[in-house]
Amino acid sequence: MKYAIFVVLALLLAAIAVANPFILEPAGFLAFVKRAAPLVILAAGQYFVIVSGEFDLSVGSLVTVEVVVAARLIDGNEAATWPVLALLIALGLLVGLVNGVVTALLRVPSFITTLGMMLILSGAVFLWTGGAPRGALSQSFRVFGRDTLWAVLITLAVGAAAVLLTRATYGRTLIATGDNERAAALSGVRVARARILAFVISGLAAAIAGIMLGGFAGVSAQVGQGLEFSAITAVVLGGVALGGGRGSVVAAMGGALTLEAMFTLLNLYGISGALEYTVQGVIIVAAVAAGAVQLPRLFITPRKGDAHAS
Amino acid sequence: MRRSTPIVIVAAAATLVASGCTSDKPTTTATQSQNPGASQASATQAPATGTGEQSKFFVQADYDAQLAMRTKTAQGPADKPWEQAIDPQMVGTSKYKKSGSIHLCFSNAAVNNPWRQVGWKNMQAEVGLHKEIAKFTALDAEGKDDKQISDIAELTGKGCDALIVSPNTTATLTPAVKAACEKVPVIVFDRGVETDCPVSFINPIGGYAFGADGAEFLVEQVPAGGKVLALRILPGVDVLETRWSAAKVTFDNSKLQVVGVEFTDGDAAKTKSIVSDYIQRHGKIDGVWMDAGATAVAAIEAFEDAGLPVPPIVGEDQQDFLQKWKQNNLTAVAPTYPTYQWRTPVIAALKILKGEEVPKAWKLPQPKITSENLGKYLQPNMPPLHYALCGCESLPGFPESWGGKK
Repeated sequence: MKYAIFVVLALLLAAIAVANPFILEPAGFLAFVKRAAPLVILAAGQYFVIVSGEFDLSVGSLVTVEVVVAARLIDGNEAATWPVLALLIALGLLVGLVNGVVTALLRVPSFITTLGMMLILSGAVFLWTGGAPRGALSQSFRVFGRDTLWAVLITLAVGAAAVLLTRATYGRTLIATGDNERAAALSGVRVARARILAFVISGLAAAIAGIMLGGFAGVSAQVGQGLEFSAITAVVLGGVALGGGRGSVVAAMGGALTLEAMFTLLNLYGISGALEYTVQGVIIVAAVAAGAVQLPRLFITPRKGDAHAS
Repeated sequence: MRRSTPIVIVAAAATLVASGCTSDKPTTTATQSQNPGASQASATQAPATGTGEQSKFFVQADYDAQLAMRTKTAQGPADKPWEQAIDPQMVGTSKYKKSGSIHLCFSNAAVNNPWRQVGWKNMQAEVGLHKEIAKFTALDAEGKDDKQISDIAELTGKGCDALIVSPNTTATLTPAVKAACEKVPVIVFDRGVETDCPVSFINPIGGYAFGADGAEFLVEQVPAGGKVLALRILPGVDVLETRWSAAKVTFDNSKLQVVGVEFTDGDAAKTKSIVSDYIQRHGKIDGVWMDAGATAVAAIEAFEDAGLPVPPIVGEDQQDFLQKWKQNNLTAVAPTYPTYQWRTPVIAALKILKGEEVPKAWKLPQPKITSENLGKYLQPNMPPLHYALCGCESLPGFPESWGGKK
């Protein structure tokens, strides 16, 4: 049941194969994984935030910032690639840290914190570029998102790291935090620290996704637009409960692959466009509604804060 | 990869930031390809060549006029196309004649894309050339009709000697422009308004010529029966609808098979994915038509990454595309919608205030870049999204102000 999403994924891939058998060949499937890679990585990062009971709406604009900054600083110069890559990772970590500290320590709801961060970053990008990004990415930068082998390897590495992290003590304390903050705190979990780290992971994931997307398609000032919703949709599609406390990171990444497969299928059958947004909207609403009607669960797993309420 | 989800409330806030993205979302996409053999057909009766229904925006008379203008010689200095005019019908302006220093005003629709960025730089530099302009007041409507309406009202009360308007949308801004006409001489450029009260309306030949230039190139270069993929940004925008509708007429009258008409939202990753899907599905795509060149490089890369030769392709005058064209020796063409048109309104305003005649409909030439004149427009020192036909090379501050290197 936990991995039901992979059944859906298999069905979608089969449907794609009817129109386009190429996807069943190794090269075709890997090309599909390459295309899905940024979303898979974003979903892995978003999983940590969502399972801890929060949201990260800033990842889309963070991806844009990463790509625009990279192009401006590298400016076609191969030698600048590695220092800029390091800077981009640091930038992602920093944005995540700010999101985490403001949410966990200043107690600003993450919806507001990360919405604010999204607006700040989009505004800053627009101010800095004036709507037209400058500079160019180097070939050695673009290889990570453009070369299929690199893209697949990075995705596997990120996936493996995410799984290890969820299996470690940290993963369990994070789920406990999302499930019941007070209970977790009373049993010795440092709730604030766990949440801050979750945001830092999400920021890191956005940095990596930005590097991959810039590599895949080049410089654009709209590259990250809407990605935060795609990432949240993917995580929800993977059966992770909005509000936290339930779900697996593997299923979240499966959700990202499924979402990408769905877009590919729509495109293959010539019904792209508006329906993509509709599909995402229906998934988010349906998933939250499905979570709400599981009434018996309420008696087994109390809602956040209930343990202390009586 | 760009996917907004308007369902969630936050998207409303997001669109405030991404100002200018107010256009309708696509509702239908034509991908049928039933009848590659239909060769002879009139423009109004669309045969089934996979191009779908003709656009509601298509006006046969405008189409005919624009296509005819392409071969006409523009009047004026050949080395300054922004001062040239095709078939000018001059109007007298002696009633606006004024001596002394000038206060020039400008209501700008937006500066939210690279094309408008380059154009805005051109206009500012043009203003700087003229000492008689003592004051230049410009307001940016940030892509919002309501803001531009109040901007225009505000500017008309500020003692402007002439008002330049680049309307955000045609119908909605018409009353505001009409009201301004009663107080100051108005010059409109780029998109139009539904009134002839402005002293002069300046724009290049237009979207039909743009669309036809690209489509005719593909008809010449792609063998009969070849599969063409048409990529559009989004539906419902008049300047883009005219480009596609002219291309559709050309394709309908050709032996080419349009295997898909897709909307890319102007997003590079989405463009690359769509082109990759079509390559996989059809094995081979023989030509790519685009209604704007911003994502042309992404389309080219889809072929490169699939290990296929890049087929004949239509781009625009952005440097990244021109560079790729040169490097890979592509079979390509770049119709243009020149940003040098941003210089003309300033020149027109000064003429009007001197009482000199100006063309009522000031039609600027709209050249296309071909492999013969590519070298002239390729500028490796300029940023990738710079538009080559800026006419800005001789302006002060070039190239640094446009983001280029000396």
